[in-house]
Amino acid sequence: MIMHIKDFSFTYKGASKPSLKNINLPILENKVTALIGPSGCGKSTLLRSMNRIHDLYPGNKYEGEILLKNLQNQKMENILEIKKENDFIALRQRVGMIFQKPTPFPMSIYDNIAYGLKLQGIKDKTELDKRVEDALKGSALFKEVKDRLNDDARGLSGGQQQRLCIARAVALKPEVLLFDEPTSALDPISTSAIEELIVELKEEVSIAIVTHNMQQASRISDYTAFMYLGDLIEYDKTETIFLNPKQQMTEDYITGKFG
Amino acid sequence: MRLLINKLVLILSTLAALLGIGFLFWILITLSIKGISAINLHIFTADLVDNGLRNLLFGQFVLALIAVVIGVPIGMIAGIYLQEYSYNSKYAQFIRNLSDVMMSAPSIVIGTFVYAIVVNPIGHVSGWAGAIALAIMMIPIVVRTTDDMLGLVPTELREAGVAIGAPKYKVIFNIIIKAAKVGIMTGILLAFARIIGETAPLLFTSGNSEFWTTDLNNEFPSLTVAIYNLATMPNEELVNIAWAGAFLLTMFVLIINLLGRFITKEKTK
Repeated sequence: MIMHIKDFSFTYKGASKPSLKNINLPILENKVTALIGPSGCGKSTLLRSMNRIHDLYPGNKYEGEILLKNLQNQKMENILEIKKENDFIALRQRVGMIFQKPTPFPMSIYDNIAYGLKLQGIKDKTELDKRVEDALKGSALFKEVKDRLNDDARGLSGGQQQRLCIARAVALKPEVLLFDEPTSALDPISTSAIEELIVELKEEVSIAIVTHNMQQASRISDYTAFMYLGDLIEYDKTETIFLNPKQQMTEDYITGKFG
Repeated sequence: MRLLINKLVLILSTLAALLGIGFLFWILITLSIKGISAINLHIFTADLVDNGLRNLLFGQFVLALIAVVIGVPIGMIAGIYLQEYSYNSKYAQFIRNLSDVMMSAPSIVIGTFVYAIVVNPIGHVSGWAGAIALAIMMIPIVVRTTDDMLGLVPTELREAGVAIGAPKYKVIFNIIIKAAKVGIMTGILLAFARIIGETAPLLFTSGNSEFWTTDLNNEFPSLTVAIYNLATMPNEELVNIAWAGAFLLTMFVLIINLLGRFITKEKTK
């Protein structure tokens, strides 16, 4: 277990009711965990709590614990206790995030990846070159872009941009990668490329993915959590969730009776 | 009946549009005829004291440039605050409204204001006072442009920057401003075009000078103020110089505006 969400509740600023209620969920090491559920069920809210990107907007309330394993001493540490800017930066480099829409920075392909590495304090040019190349190879993009590393990243196609964003996150050697509906803005071919990539990536990192697409969840995830209206209804092996769900509600959602 | 009203409205609005355009071209054509015939090499090499425009063109440009150096950083920082740090608080909304009001404040009022806070305490007009007045005119435009242009940058890009581990100020300065660069630059260019043709804020802040000078602590040459003064002179030659100045200024502003539009068009392509 690399992350453990314990009795976790989350309330947005100004909201009277919590958007997430007493969530308990493990994120297993080197596995893909899918979060599924109808719109508004809180799956993105949960994902966005795991690197505390919610903190960009002040006034939200966290309760409970989200534990992240410290690989140095194997201890589980509560990321909700983080207060210092430096610790936030470290957290986000350990727990990377890929968004729904591709978000290339307005700079060259090379700099898109080197930017995060430079933030980590890597200044040596040969080291940077190598890490950038590795990251691009790791996200199956190197062949396509190796001759135009200095071109503006915004000139890439949508699927390439999304793989660049994955490369950018992978370059930092994170422990966990969070995907927030990473393929919902992409065509089918780019989607399958990203799905293959996610399956490959779990050799090195643990993955949590929010998806609207149940086929996608069943194709690429090892574990699945079904959420509804801020509650975690059921969590199990993906096979079990899709073939033998214990809860009636899960079955209804999987079979398309609501959603 | 309805058809008739329809036709009537169409005819009236076409006439109104033609009237507006007609006046515009009348101005431009008169300006061109009188201006071009008054332009010769002499006005670019001589100062006003010798019936030339050299010191005036230089002075106007220097004043506007200093205004940019003062106004752009202040305006941009305020715009960044409004869009990135204020979270749309009531205070921010108040500043926004205030800045909009300032944008439409009569320029003579700004001139008077600077006269009261800069010229009066020092005791005489100066180039600095003129540049400050122009900067004050410029700040609200830059605030608004920066605010709006940063607002167009998708939220996801900010979150992506934070998600890669960048502190907020780095996300803003390395990523968000870069993404909004073209829009902000265009806004600054248009603000520059706006202030370079202003007369009222300079009239009693920097005044005018007939001589070549780079001393901003004293009265400073200004093309617009000179046009204002020369236009009513009984001397035909001086009036012609005013025409030449007016023509040059109009062309300059026109070119900057076209440039601004061209950049915006290229960007949205």
